[in-house]
Amino acid sequence: MSVLIYIELENGSIKKTSLETIAYGAKVAEKNGGKAIVLAIGNADASELEKAGRYGAAKVLHATDQRLEHENSMAYADILVQAVQQEESKVVILPKSGLGDAMAARAAARLKAAVVSGVTQLPETDGVFTVTRSVFSGKAFATTQIHSEIKILVVKKNVIEVDENAVATGNAEIVPFSPAFRGEDFKATVIQVEKTNTELSLTEADIIVSGGRGMKGPENWQPLVDFAHALGAATGCSKPVSDLDWRPHHEHIGQTGIKVAPNLYIACGISGAIQHLAGVNGSKCIVVINKDPEAPFFKAADYGIVGDIFEILPRLTEAAKKLK
Amino acid sequence: MLAYYLSFSVNCMDKVILRSITIHNCITMKILVCITNVPDTTAKIAFTDNDTKLNKNGIQYIIGPYDDYALARGVEIKEQSGGTLTVLHVGGAEADPQIRKALAIGADDAIRVNAEPLDSYYAALQIAQVAKQNSYDLILMGRESIDYNSGVVHGLVGEMLGIPSYSPVMKLDLDGNQATITREIDGGNEILKVSLPLVLGCQEPIAEWKIPNMRGIMTARTKPLNVVEPVASEILTTPEKYTLPAPKGACRMIPASEAETLIRLLKTEAKVL
Repeated sequence: MSVLIYIELENGSIKKTSLETIAYGAKVAEKNGGKAIVLAIGNADASELEKAGRYGAAKVLHATDQRLEHENSMAYADILVQAVQQEESKVVILPKSGLGDAMAARAAARLKAAVVSGVTQLPETDGVFTVTRSVFSGKAFATTQIHSEIKILVVKKNVIEVDENAVATGNAEIVPFSPAFRGEDFKATVIQVEKTNTELSLTEADIIVSGGRGMKGPENWQPLVDFAHALGAATGCSKPVSDLDWRPHHEHIGQTGIKVAPNLYIACGISGAIQHLAGVNGSKCIVVINKDPEAPFFKAADYGIVGDIFEILPRLTEAAKKLK
Repeated sequence: MLAYYLSFSVNCMDKVILRSITIHNCITMKILVCITNVPDTTAKIAFTDNDTKLNKNGIQYIIGPYDDYALARGVEIKEQSGGTLTVLHVGGAEADPQIRKALAIGADDAIRVNAEPLDSYYAALQIAQVAKQNSYDLILMGRESIDYNSGVVHGLVGEMLGIPSYSPVMKLDLDGNQATITREIDGGNEILKVSLPLVLGCQEPIAEWKIPNMRGIMTARTKPLNVVEPVASEILTTPEKYTLPAPKGACRMIPASEAETLIRLLKTEAKVL
């Protein structure tokens, strides 16, 4: 039995969230006496892919093809299915993302496999294979037994501690993988890719500083951006803020926006509507700064400051700079 | 054709005949919108029966917010291009009020597959079965349901039908058989062109939510809601139990005058810096 782990690459590097996925998959493999095999799609140097070994992978299947330049869940799922078949994998692990979900879904339909998305713990594998995942937008967890022969798990961020040197011996073997494609895999023509200007993507960021209506207007965002820079954080916002066009839509964090799970989430002038909390309740530590001591967000926070944001933010920025 | 259709749509008998004309005689879009019936976003989640069932007491059910975007865009396309829009739900009769709401918003008819959707695979299989019998040009749904948040049903349906699926789609334009789609990818957007048929998972700002008007509410009462039985499927998963997150400890308040302390605490106590 092997565990197949799909990882995402960005500019030739393994994404940080995918390193977690490898560590997760390696633990599942270890528990069941199988091998952890990684599947990487797209351009990356062997030296980068070998890193997967340090997180517990035995082998990396590496598929490259000119046509795979764009995120293409149809073609990618095709590759995944062929890798699963070649390696006779019984468990397939993907990182939670739009692409991860789409690949998992299409592969599940082909393999007649159960797919469980939003997994938050290592599976129980003694007896019936059982997984726990986040449901109701983080308000609860559901534990589910899986009966299909092949099991596909889409794993959330920040689920397990990652040990960079889990396996002292280091490097994974890199094996080129040349799958066959179907005609309909490349039916679409990509005409434009627009990367947003934020240096850090919200889903990858360890720290997020987020602003709400309490920021009073788009012209007041600079102190928040400065604070984020001082912390090496990404910036986000609440739904009213993106609805008012104070900040771009892709910064909207919440139930109907991006769901984030950083180590540290700092909310400035956000009251904490339940829909916003649904987007941040995966965060390890939450800080709330608000002038209203009754703001419901304080109930969900680890640290709170009641006061004037515009007075407090510059002081926090200075303190953060001193720390570095 | 649209005006002709509307003039008759209050009359149930004529509508059946008219629908078939609409489909066969015009080069029009045939749209399927799949909706979920989920607890309102503000619902307090609790469980009963030894934590095996959601406590539905006091919970208001709504059309999934993402599905609502899909429905709104579907109605716009239908109105612009002519054609038909069918709304589909997999679930019990308790969803009928939400299905009627979708009809009031602008769907022509509805199908409810009368089965508890056991998991994503099961729900997708039922949707694919309905789709196979009716060959839709466009199958729209939300990017994810807000109860299970899986975001996999569109991909499953796409693969089961052998057609492309995209999600989350923020913009959809049609030119004949060609769709131009803007979808969110990690750290940005991508615009692509692809021919129909398609399965799309939708999110804002693809369209503005629509609120049914009085005329819509009146006509919805007589629009057909067909209840069909599910196709058999292997059981791939069984739910075991639900748990609630551990209660959050008290928030540690820092006086504004000592705001700088926060940074030190985040480093030394919370260890997140």
